[in-house]
Amino acid sequence: MNENRPEKKKKQPLSDRRKFILGMARGVGIATLGGFVWSAYVDEVTASELLLRPPGAIREDDFLKTCIKCGMCVEACPYDTLLLAKPGDHKPLGTPYFVPREIPCYMCPDIPCVPVCPTGALDEPSVTTNGKLDINIADMGLAVVDKESCIAYWGIQCDACYRACPILGEAITIEYQKNERTGKHAFMKPIVHADACTGCGMCERACVTEKPAIFILPRENATGKAGDYYIKGWDKEDEKRLENAGEIKTTTELSKRPASEKLNSDFLEDLY
Amino acid sequence: MKTLWNNYRYLILRRFTQIGILVLYFGANAWGWTILMGNLSSSTFLNIVPMSDPYAALQMLVAGAVMATDLLIGVAVVSLFYLLIGGRAFCSWVCPVNMITDLANFLRDKIGLNQVQGIKQPASRNLRYWILALSLIISALMGVTAFEFISPISMVHRGLVFGLGFGWAAMLIIFLFDLFVLKNGWCGHICPLGGFYSLLGKFSLIRVHHSEENCTLCMKCKVVCPENQVLHMIGKESLPVLSGECTNCARCIEVCDDDALGFSIKSLIKNKTTGE
Repeated sequence: MNENRPEKKKKQPLSDRRKFILGMARGVGIATLGGFVWSAYVDEVTASELLLRPPGAIREDDFLKTCIKCGMCVEACPYDTLLLAKPGDHKPLGTPYFVPREIPCYMCPDIPCVPVCPTGALDEPSVTTNGKLDINIADMGLAVVDKESCIAYWGIQCDACYRACPILGEAITIEYQKNERTGKHAFMKPIVHADACTGCGMCERACVTEKPAIFILPRENATGKAGDYYIKGWDKEDEKRLENAGEIKTTTELSKRPASEKLNSDFLEDLY
Repeated sequence: MKTLWNNYRYLILRRFTQIGILVLYFGANAWGWTILMGNLSSSTFLNIVPMSDPYAALQMLVAGAVMATDLLIGVAVVSLFYLLIGGRAFCSWVCPVNMITDLANFLRDKIGLNQVQGIKQPASRNLRYWILALSLIISALMGVTAFEFISPISMVHRGLVFGLGFGWAAMLIIFLFDLFVLKNGWCGHICPLGGFYSLLGKFSLIRVHHSEENCTLCMKCKVVCPENQVLHMIGKESLPVLSGECTNCARCIEVCDDDALGFSIKSLIKNKTTGE
């Protein structure tokens, strides 16, 4: 009857404006989807914490944005210590790292890996004292001793890590202690000194146990932090920390109920 | 033999530079050569000239990294170089992924997959600019160089120079994608590095020039071109290829039997056409 009706049922071709808006919406939608997947992936692959970087490496979060992944440090290393993370290594892709149990850092005095870095991800000033490169102030990590598996702590004589240490007698010292079990021997316990240790990993390489009892962790993972609440009052240097100490104010809301109510009520009543 | 050389001269030269550059980088890592040290992200030429990937540097910049002088000089060197010879000359003359995608493209034609899919491509070539923009947004928000952590170009190239790991999977993914999913898929649609160099190449001096009076409309050039939208003037007008998406691979020049295509310098062309 009505001639207009069948025409209305027909699908109208999209107007150009509608097409444009829908196209844009689709683009934005796909970009959001892709962006989230991409971000999630990048977040996941850069989350590797237990990773030892070359000497002079800047803080890990800055390192991840500054390292251009060129491998110049890897090529400069004369001992093939440094590796570039490959797909499948489960480390941030293309960034340099080393595994001390395989090949430790041999602490070259001229530190060839650092000056070649084009981006400053390996920071030359951080390994320079008085205008000269100084590998002894490098901070790649910190050696940690597992006293349970270290045979020197059992009483068996071993000083492999102490002998291997390139900063002999400073980064690792031997502490003598009477062995009460035998009554006539001494424990010769290796002690790591965090201020001198560079984390080169020569001790980890030298350790005689099946799985090393002394190993390198990134300093961030191997150390705690006392915070500003605890100061060595007897140490003038440490007292200076007070100057920078921040203040945290915590406020607990006072109960509006009168004290009498609390005193007179049955305790169990409050609970149930 | 002479026609063989004539028909493939640029292809042979391109393979020579692509493989040569890989060998030089590999030699630097394996045997301590000093001609070309590092990799395509950043390197030094003859131990003096620094070269850095401008797209990687751009991601670093938006991620908030402190830009070192060596890096900036390297970026300037590479940017100037590609400004002169055509941005996407990187794609066809340097990038190792080009060999993978060219192989996929070759096989695609040989086994007839092109006929199955037809001529209409299901994806836009502008996708790469979207991905380029997205990579910069993610870099800024996450504070890392977003594309550098997923880049199959780096995986393949770094893999060949420093050890592959599972990098072969990246090669296979790109190969299969280009072979079965999308013609010129990676290099012609997705790769944001290609997109970046397309933008840079807008200003380049070396161009492919078409002379319409010689053209016999055989369309061999359009068939062989990996970015055939840039050859819109074929048989219509005597114009240089002005789009930055042209990779200067010169396949069109090789397949042309009528001397209708050739390399020229941009400013000279302009003078010729406008009579200035």
